[in-house]
Amino acid sequence: MTTETQSAATPATTPAPGRPPHPLAEFWYHFRQNTGAVIGLAVIVLIALTALTAPFVAPHDPNIQYRDAILVPPVWQDGGSWRFLLGTDDIGRDMLSRLIFGARLSLLVGLIVVTLSLAVGLALGLTAGFFRGIADTLIMRAMDILLALPSLLLAVVVAAILGPGLVNAMLAVSVVVIPHYARLTRAAVLAEASKDYVVASRVAGAGRLRLMLVVVLPNCLAPLIVQATLGFSTAILDAAALGFLGLGAQPPTPEWGTMLSSSLQFLQSAPWVVTWPGVAILVTVLAFNLLGDGLRDALDPKLKR
Amino acid sequence: MALLDIRNLSVAFTTRAGTFRAVDGIDLSVEEGEVLGIVGESGSGKSVTSLALMGLLPPGSRVTADRLNFAGTDLLSLSPAQRRRVVGKDIAMVFQEPMSSLNPCFTVGFQLGETLKVHEGLSGRALRRRCIELLEQVGIPDPESRLSAFPHQLSGGMSQRVMIAIAVACNPRLLIADEPTTALDVTIQRQILDLLVGLQRDRGMGLILITHDMGVVAETAQRAVVMYAGQVAETRPVEALFTRPRHPYTGALLDALPERALGKRRLPTIPGVVPGIMDRPEGCVFNPRCRFAAARCRSERPALFEVDEGLARCFYPLPDVPLPDGILPGGLHTRGMGQASGEGLGEGAAR
Amino acid sequence: MLRFILTRLGLVIPTFLGITFLTFLLIRLVPGDPIEVRVGERGIAPERLAELRREMGLDQPLWQQFLDYVGNVLSGDLGTSLVTRNSVLSEFATLFPATLELAFCAMLFSVLIGLPAGVLAAVKRGSWFDHGVMGLSLTGYSMPIFWWGLLLILFFSVQLGLTPVSGRLDLLYYIEPVTGFMLIDTLLVGETDAFWSALRHLILPTIVLGTIPLAVVARMTRSAMLEVLSEDYIRTARAKGLPQRRVIGLHALRNALIPVVTVIGLQVGTLLGGAILTETIFSWPGVGKWLIESINRRDYPALQGGVLLIATAVIAVNLIVDLLYGVFNPRIRHAR
Repeated sequence: MTTETQSAATPATTPAPGRPPHPLAEFWYHFRQNTGAVIGLAVIVLIALTALTAPFVAPHDPNIQYRDAILVPPVWQDGGSWRFLLGTDDIGRDMLSRLIFGARLSLLVGLIVVTLSLAVGLALGLTAGFFRGIADTLIMRAMDILLALPSLLLAVVVAAILGPGLVNAMLAVSVVVIPHYARLTRAAVLAEASKDYVVASRVAGAGRLRLMLVVVLPNCLAPLIVQATLGFSTAILDAAALGFLGLGAQPPTPEWGTMLSSSLQFLQSAPWVVTWPGVAILVTVLAFNLLGDGLRDALDPKLKR
Repeated sequence: MALLDIRNLSVAFTTRAGTFRAVDGIDLSVEEGEVLGIVGESGSGKSVTSLALMGLLPPGSRVTADRLNFAGTDLLSLSPAQRRRVVGKDIAMVFQEPMSSLNPCFTVGFQLGETLKVHEGLSGRALRRRCIELLEQVGIPDPESRLSAFPHQLSGGMSQRVMIAIAVACNPRLLIADEPTTALDVTIQRQILDLLVGLQRDRGMGLILITHDMGVVAETAQRAVVMYAGQVAETRPVEALFTRPRHPYTGALLDALPERALGKRRLPTIPGVVPGIMDRPEGCVFNPRCRFAAARCRSERPALFEVDEGLARCFYPLPDVPLPDGILPGGLHTRGMGQASGEGLGEGAAR
Repeated sequence: MLRFILTRLGLVIPTFLGITFLTFLLIRLVPGDPIEVRVGERGIAPERLAELRREMGLDQPLWQQFLDYVGNVLSGDLGTSLVTRNSVLSEFATLFPATLELAFCAMLFSVLIGLPAGVLAAVKRGSWFDHGVMGLSLTGYSMPIFWWGLLLILFFSVQLGLTPVSGRLDLLYYIEPVTGFMLIDTLLVGETDAFWSALRHLILPTIVLGTIPLAVVARMTRSAMLEVLSEDYIRTARAKGLPQRRVIGLHALRNALIPVVTVIGLQVGTLLGGAILTETIFSWPGVGKWLIESINRRDYPALQGGVLLIATAVIAVNLIVDLLYGVFNPRIRHAR
C-alpha cells in the first residue's frame, strides 16, 4: 500500500514530466514547501542587510554616550522618546544602534567560525577517510577526546588560555566544533568511496588528490552544508555565552552577549537593556536553525517524512 | 450466511496529487471453513483490501462499503474499541515480512502471550501452557526455550511460524494470510503453506490467502478472486478458473506459468504495468495490456458479468481452450504434484 | 554481555589518557612560566626560581613531566588551588554534589516533559499540538540560556516574588552536608521547611539548565517515534487488537527509547557545560561557578583539575549510557 501512495506522490514532485528538473530547481521546490525555513532565510537576509548597511541604518553611533539620556526606556513606555527607539543603556548609548552593530559582529563570528572549523574539519575528515590506517585512528581518536569534553567547557578553557577577546573567543568556538565536521566528512567519504563512480574514476587513472577533491568531495557536500548552517547558530550562541562570561568580546564592543553581561545590574530597574540583546541572539539563532532544518529536508528528500 | 460478506468496498488515499482509489468497489465473501485465494500483481489492491478489513490502514485513507459484515456484525458500525475486540481474536492476520513483523524488543513468549492476555484474560501458568501448546502446533521445536527467545534469534521461517501461532492463538474464525511465503526461502515456503492449510482444516476456520503465485492458489484454495487495479477481474472456483479462464488477464497470468510454457521458446509475459494513479485508462482498466481489446473495451467500463460458475469483468470472455495434454489443474504449479495439493483440490471440488 | 562491557571499557582508556594529556598541555599553553604566573607581579629571585622549578619537576623533559602528572592524577593528587591552598580534588568534591543535584533535576525535568511531548507530537503528527511542540522545542534549542535565566528571574523572582533569586538555601538554615544533595540532606535532618526552601531554590535553575535538553529530547523522541510507528511490528501489534495505549506506550515507545536513551546520555555533557552559565546566573555553589571564578583568579591548577574531573564524569556517564544501551537493545546484548 505504500507503493500506491508513493507512486501517487511522484507526479506532483516532478514539475516537468519527461525531463528531469535541474537539481537547483528541485532543491528550491522542496525548500519552498517548508514555511519555517523560508522565514528563517528571510530573517537571515534581513539581518545580513542590516549588518552590511549598519552605518547608514543605525540612528546613532553605537559608542556615543548621551549623558542627558541615561537609561531612557523604549519609545512605547512612559518616558520613552522617538530619539531612542529601543531606549538607551546605563551610559546613554542607543540600544538599537548597538544591536545593529552587534549584528555585524555576530554574523562575522558565525562566518569566521564556520569557515575556520569547516576548513580544518574537512581536511582532517578527508585525510582520515582517504588514507585510513594510522592517520585515521589518530585523527578520529583526537576528535573523540575533544568531543568527550562539554563544548562550552572546552570553549571556556581555550578562551581562558588564550585570554579574553573576540578573536580568541572565535578561535575557541572554532576548535570546539571541528570534530563535528571531521566526523561528518569522514563518514561521507567512506560512504562515497566504495561507490561505483569512484572506483570507475580510480580505474580511469584519477590521482588521489583529484579523487579526493574533484570526485568525492562534491558528493559529500549536502550534509556539510546543513552542518555549516547549523554551525552558524552554535557559533553565535557560544560566542555570546563567552561574551556573557567575560571571556569573549570586551566592553565597549557592542557584542550581544557582552552587552547583556555589562548591564546585568540594571535587570530590575531597566529590563530593556537586558531584554533586547537576548531577543537579538534568540531570533538570529532561531533563524539559522530553521534554515538548517529546511536545508536538511530539501537536500535529502529521502530523510523527509 | 457467509462468514465474511463484503459489498462494494472502496479504499481511497488522499495525496497531494489528488485522491487515489486503491480498491474500487469490490465484493468478496468467505464461507465458514472455506479457503479463498486472492491473486494479483503488486499494486492490484489485494493487500489494501485485507488491511481495510482489519482496520489497519494508515490515517489519510478512506474506507467505504455498502456492507462489511463479519459473522453477522457490520464492522464499519463498530467503535474502534469494539472493533479491536474482533480484530486479533475472531479475525487474525499473517503478514508478508515475518522478520520485521515481530517486535525486536520483546520475547516470543511475550508477544504470543500478550494476545491471549488481552483477548482471553489468561495469565500465569495457564498462559504459559497455552503458549507452549501453540508453538508446538505451528511446528516449533523445543517450544519451552523458544518462549524466551528474541525475534533476531529466529530464522525467517521460524518467525513466520511464530506469527502464525500469534494469529491463531485465540481460535479465529477467519485468518488472512497476506503473501505469507513471499519473503521466505523456496524450501520453507512449502512447509509454511502446509502448516496454514493444516491449521485451517483442523480448526475449520475461513482462510483468505493473498498471493501473486497462481500455483499456490491452485494447490490450496477452493475459490479464487483475481484482482486487477483495485477491481475484481474474475471470481470462480479454482478448478474452473484454471481450466477455463474467462478473463483475458487470468488467461495471461496462467500462460505466464512456466509449466504451461513447456515447448515454447519464450515464457509469455504480460506487457506493461498495472496502471497507477494518473494513468487510469478509459474503459476497461486492463485494455492497454489486453491482447483481445476491442473498441468497446477502450470506451466503456465493463461490469462483472455472469460466466459459468462465477463472474468475470469482461465484454468478451475467453472461450474454452483445450489444455495441452498432461497438464492438469493440480499440477500447474512449480512445486510438482505433491500429495497435499492433490488432496486440497479434491476436497475443494467435493464441496 | 561481559565481552561487550570489556570492549567499551577498553575504548574509554585512550580517551581518558587523551583528556589527561590535554589538561596537562593546558597549563603549559598559558602564556608565561607556571611559577611566574604564581608569584605574579611581586617578582622572584632567579636562584629561588630555579629551585622552585626543580622542586616542581619543571626542569625535567616534557614527557617525564607528563608521566609524573599521570602518576599524580592516578593517585588522586590533582594539585592545590593557588588561592585557597586546598587540594583541588577536595574542593571539587565538596562542590560537585551541588552541580550533580542541579544536573539531575534538569535531566529529570527534560525527560519528564520532553518524552511525553515527543510521543504525543508523533502520534498526533501534523496537528496544532505537533506544530506547537516542534516550534517550542526549536525555540528552546536556540535559546541563549543565560538570557533565559535572567528573564525567568525577572518574571518569577522580581515581579511575582515566587522564587528566590540565587543560592541553594535560605540563609536562615544551615544544613551539615551528608550526601551533599540539599534535597536529601534537609530531609535527613528532618527540616521540612529547609527542604521546601531548597526545592524553591532549585526550580528556576532546573528549568534554565533543562531547556536545551528538553528541546533535544522532545525532537528526538518525536522523530524516533515517527520512524517506529511506520514499522511492520506496529502493524502486527494493531492486528492483534491491542489497545491503542499499549501499541503506542509499550510496543512503539520501547523501540523508540533506544535512540532516545543515547541522546539523553549525550546531553549530560551539554548539561555540565550549561552548568557553567546557569550556576553563574543563579550563584549556585557548584563546580561550574567555581571554574569561572578560578579563571578570573588565574587559579590554573584548579582549572586544570576541574576540567579533568568534569571530563572524567562525562566519560563515565557516556560509558554507563553505552552499557544501558545494551540493556535496552536486545540485538546488541546478544551480539556474538
